[in-house]
Amino acid sequence: MTSIANTQRRPLFFRRLGDRILAAFSYLSILIAVGGMGWILYTVLLNGAQALTPDILSSASKPYGEPGGGIANALLGTLLITAGATLLAVPPALAAGIYLAEYGKGNRAADLLRFCANVLMGLPSIIVGLFVYVLIVVPTGNFSGFAGTVALAIIMFPVIMRTTEDMMAMVPDTLRESALALGMTRMRTTLCIIARAAKNGLATGVLLSLARVSGETAPLLFTALFADTWPSGFFTEPTANIPVLITEYTTNSPFESMHALGWGAALVISVTILCINIATRCIFHEQKH
Amino acid sequence: MNKNIKIAARHLNFYYGEHQALFDNNLDIPEHEITAVIGPSGCGKSTHLRIYNRIFELYRNHRAEGEVLLDGQNILSPEVDLLQLRRRVGMIFQKPTPFPMSIFDNVAYPLRLHYKLSHSEIEDKVEEALRGACIWDEVKDKLRQSGMALSGGQQQRLCIARAIAAEPEVLLMDEPTSAIDPVATLKIEELVLELKKRFTIVIVTHNMQQASRISDQTAFFYKGRIIEVGATDQIFTNPRNKKTEEYITGRFG
Repeated sequence: MTSIANTQRRPLFFRRLGDRILAAFSYLSILIAVGGMGWILYTVLLNGAQALTPDILSSASKPYGEPGGGIANALLGTLLITAGATLLAVPPALAAGIYLAEYGKGNRAADLLRFCANVLMGLPSIIVGLFVYVLIVVPTGNFSGFAGTVALAIIMFPVIMRTTEDMMAMVPDTLRESALALGMTRMRTTLCIIARAAKNGLATGVLLSLARVSGETAPLLFTALFADTWPSGFFTEPTANIPVLITEYTTNSPFESMHALGWGAALVISVTILCINIATRCIFHEQKH
Repeated sequence: MNKNIKIAARHLNFYYGEHQALFDNNLDIPEHEITAVIGPSGCGKSTHLRIYNRIFELYRNHRAEGEVLLDGQNILSPEVDLLQLRRRVGMIFQKPTPFPMSIFDNVAYPLRLHYKLSHSEIEDKVEEALRGACIWDEVKDKLRQSGMALSGGQQQRLCIARAIAAEPEVLLMDEPTSAIDPVATLKIEELVLELKKRFTIVIVTHNMQQASRISDQTAFFYKGRIIEVGATDQIFTNPRNKKTEEYITGRFG
């Protein structure tokens, strides 16, 4: 064996330079991500904070051109629509995710379900809106909050299902084995032990999907539309909601006071989504310990 | 010597898909004794043990051939009720696996599962099981706390309490101390010796000192075959097979 001690070495200068360049790129990426979010939050805060008064948060909007009015009706509408979507999407999505994790390994039906969910997740939300428009709005003859609920539920379903599958799969097999070894049935093991061990992860999935849909605008444009009154007929009437309010008031309205309301609504929705994300992190963090 | 044989494995073969992991295993497990299963990694010790309660059936493509007679009844036959079998044959795993619930509920779970008991009866049985697993004094004041908050050694004894609560006849232990520190290991070994009065125990171990300290009978596995079975004293002092001798003297493994 010949020693490599006398072989020519690579110059250290270039190795160090490469290291520095990569580090510089990392810092730049951090700057883009954090700076971008900071900038957006700053802009929303600056414009929204002026508009946000207790009055605005407690009164309904008014028709175009009338001074005053608030965003309370849209807040309530968004709350109803997303709560409905959660109720509609969570049970089947949890069930499907649990099925995939516990019974869907190397199974064709499960692979198909997984593939379709991935496609659905990548589908532009406006197409989901259009689909529900054709499915519900056209046959019933009116826009409704419920149609918005269905559209959001369709968007939530694959997100919750996939996180549920991942979270259930993270529970070690030894826990499954020890439950079965005590004489539990497969179903009881899954629902009482494994789902329980993964419960924070399951909640995380639901919250993430909620954060994802609470700002969705496109699917609501075709379904819930908008109203400048309090939600009256959830199944039969167009229903006010925050995302469409923002679109309408900031881009389609010539009135300065409406622009301000739009910014106020933007601030509310941003802070809400931020809170959901922080809550998600806390819950998930707790699970790890 | 006429011992009562609790479990008799007859011509056991085991397959992971196409791969055969066990070859014609024959083994008698005497009642109220501790049988140690030793051998190098990947030689089929755990695989063999996991046939006794049919836990391998959780996985696709895992397949056992042959017979395992529990009190003379072949438990591999399809008529055998799995839930009944697993009440009779409990199992302890390598890593402690407390359920995500309180210490009390961990032990009460199998009781509620298999028996109709009043609340006070359950309380008595839980205490009895925790005492039986030598952990009562450490947890009696915090029964409502999560089982996950205990130390590794305590978690393992909690799992033993859970496994013995429903009063099985056989306890399978799959390297129960390999993830646990030496002091806690000694505690568990003492406990296993105590448990032998009530249960028939089969313990897989990597630790030859452990096997010689606690077991009555030892089976040496090598490459999926049972090379030698005998009284533990004989296996460790006067092995008949050359492979066994090489293994217990540390020449390979």
